[in-house]
Formats: sequence, structure tokens, C-alpha cells
Amino acid sequence: MLDLLIPLIMIGVSIFALARKQDVYSALLDGGRDGLKLIASIVPALVMLLTAVHMLRASGAIDLLTQLLAPLSRVVGIPAETLPLVLIRPFSGSAALAVGSDLMLTYGADSLIGRTAAIMLGSTETTFYTISVYFGAAGVKKTRYAIPAALIADLTGFVMAALCAKYL
Amino acid sequence: MVMAYVWVGMLVLSVFSSLLKGSFGTLSPALMEGASAAITLSLSLAGALCLWSGVARVMERAGLSKKLAHLMRPVFRRLFPNASRDEAAMGYLSANVSANLMGLGNAATPMGINAVKRMKVLSGSETATDEMCLLIVMNTASIQLLPTTVATVRAAAGASAPFDILPAVWITSLCSVTAGILAAKLLRGRRKHA
Repeated sequence: MLDLLIPLIMIGVSIFALARKQDVYSALLDGGRDGLKLIASIVPALVMLLTAVHMLRASGAIDLLTQLLAPLSRVVGIPAETLPLVLIRPFSGSAALAVGSDLMLTYGADSLIGRTAAIMLGSTETTFYTISVYFGAAGVKKTRYAIPAALIADLTGFVMAALCAKYL
Repeated sequence: MVMAYVWVGMLVLSVFSSLLKGSFGTLSPALMEGASAAITLSLSLAGALCLWSGVARVMERAGLSKKLAHLMRPVFRRLFPNASRDEAAMGYLSANVSANLMGLGNAATPMGINAVKRMKVLSGSETATDEMCLLIVMNTASIQLLPTTVATVRAAAGASAPFDILPAVWITSLCSVTAGILAAKLLRGRRKHA
């Protein structure tokens, strides 16, 4: 079922749009152009951050951090190797992508750690960035309990990602 | 500015720990590898992102996000009783959440900002309302039906079935959104009694 999901969505959406007399092909090209602009805009950040991540890994700093945080990770049930991702995720989307992809390549995309990292990336957001953009643009000064509530949601996401990767 | 400190911090930390472990010979090759790994990753992301942004544009043109927004209105009336009385706020809110669901991050952000702006006009204060906090939580908890970027990274890393994490992502997102909404309600209640 899941294997067919993505192709079926693409076909379904296209036929639905055609039935509504939309020029599907030019919409695809328009959207595609925006998608390429988006990736071009994050390439420099990915280069700088992956360079730093590779240096951290080669120098042994990531192993050190992982060992240091291992007791904490046992308490919450998250693999210690994914903790660097957990720490960076709320602050920077491209840094999280850099750390996450490094985990998938180092341990294998189908390994427990690789899957946990992928589920974490797919089901959480850049919390602090989102809060500052939304409230900043709207001129809201007192954020009250928005940050703690969002962080509780994030923590639940990280723990659930680890559980799902293990048992699903 | 935050990222400047993070980046410099990462470099200082790696030089420091390479001195500690005597592994400084590995640093120069690692930094060259990292830079080219980023380009490899970007290239493998580019194709899928281009394709999926195209499909997303078709969804938008065909009015699918509007339809989805309409379907979600009853849920919003319960979650946002005040904002749903205002047609403009309700429109932005449902557009924001439906764009998020379909993975149209670029469309979701302006709609979300408009929703918060409209809610601020309605409340007439610079303090976040309960409904604003709820909207923030729903946005930061990421409710995305098709996490295409992650699936692409998985494919690039050699996953046998890049999309097989979908059920796990759905369950995880659902739990974190629920936890966020519950936390928001709980924190709201506590302040009311305090």
C-alpha cells in the first residue's frame, strides 16, 4: 500500500487538476522552479554546517558528547547517538538536516539510529525559529507559555520517534 | 548572530577535542569531505524537491488546499472558539494548517503570520492569547502528511524503502501535537487559577 501511495497521490492530484481545467504541466514547472530556488538558498548553509559536523565527527567530539549524554539518553529512551540532532533541531533547520543526514550515512539509513534520526527530522520543526518569526512579524511581545508548550511537544516527538523506530 | 556562535563553537570544539585525542591529522581531510558531502546531499535533494514543489503547486492550483481547509473547519471551531468567529482569522488559520499538512512550508508561514496578526488585532494587546499559543504549538509540532525532504535524504543514504517511515512519522507527529495542545491547555489553566 505504502509503495503505491506516492505515485497514486501524484496521479490523483494531476487528474483532479486536469478535470478542473488546470494546466498541470505549467504548474509543475512553476512549482519546480521555486523548489530549485529553495534548495539553492540552503546550499551554502549546508556546506558550512556539514563541514563543521564532519570536523566534529573526525575529531572525536561527537563521540565524546555522545558518551557524556548517554546516561541522560537512557532515562528518556532516546539513542545517545541521536542526541546531537535533538539538541540542534529546535534552533536550525539546515543544521538539523546536516546532522541528521550525517547520522543516516554514518550508521546506515535502515539502522535503528538512522531510522530514529529520519523520524525525528520528519516529525519535528525548528521550534525557536518558528516562534520568533510568527510572534516577531505580528509584533507580539509577551509569548507567555508558548515556548514551554512547544518544547513539551518537541520532547514528546523525540521520545515517540525513538519508540516508533524501535517497535514499528 | 546565534548561528555565528554555533558555527565557531563547533570548530573550536573539534580542534580542542582533536588535540585531546591526538586526532588532529583527520581534521583537514574531514573538512574537505564535509564540504563535498553537502553538495552531494544538495544535488540529491534538488531533484526530489523540484518534483515535489511542482506537485504541490498543482495541488494549490486545483484548489485542494482550500478544500482541505474547508474540511477542517469544524475542528477549528472547537480549538479556536474566538478566532473562528472572525472570517479572516479563520481563513488564515485553516490555510496555515492545511498548507502544513501538505508540506507546503513556504505557503504555510505567511498564512500563519497573517493569522497571528489578525488575532492580535482582535485581542488588541501585545500579549499572546491562548489561541495564539495553540497555533504556535500546532506549527512547531510539524504535522506533515508527506515528509518528502526526509524521504529524499533517506534515499540518498541508501534506504531500501525511503517512505517506509511514514506511519512512524504520522504517529509521532500526532502524539507531539496532542502533547503540545494538552500542555497548552494545562499551562493556561494553571495561570488562570494563580
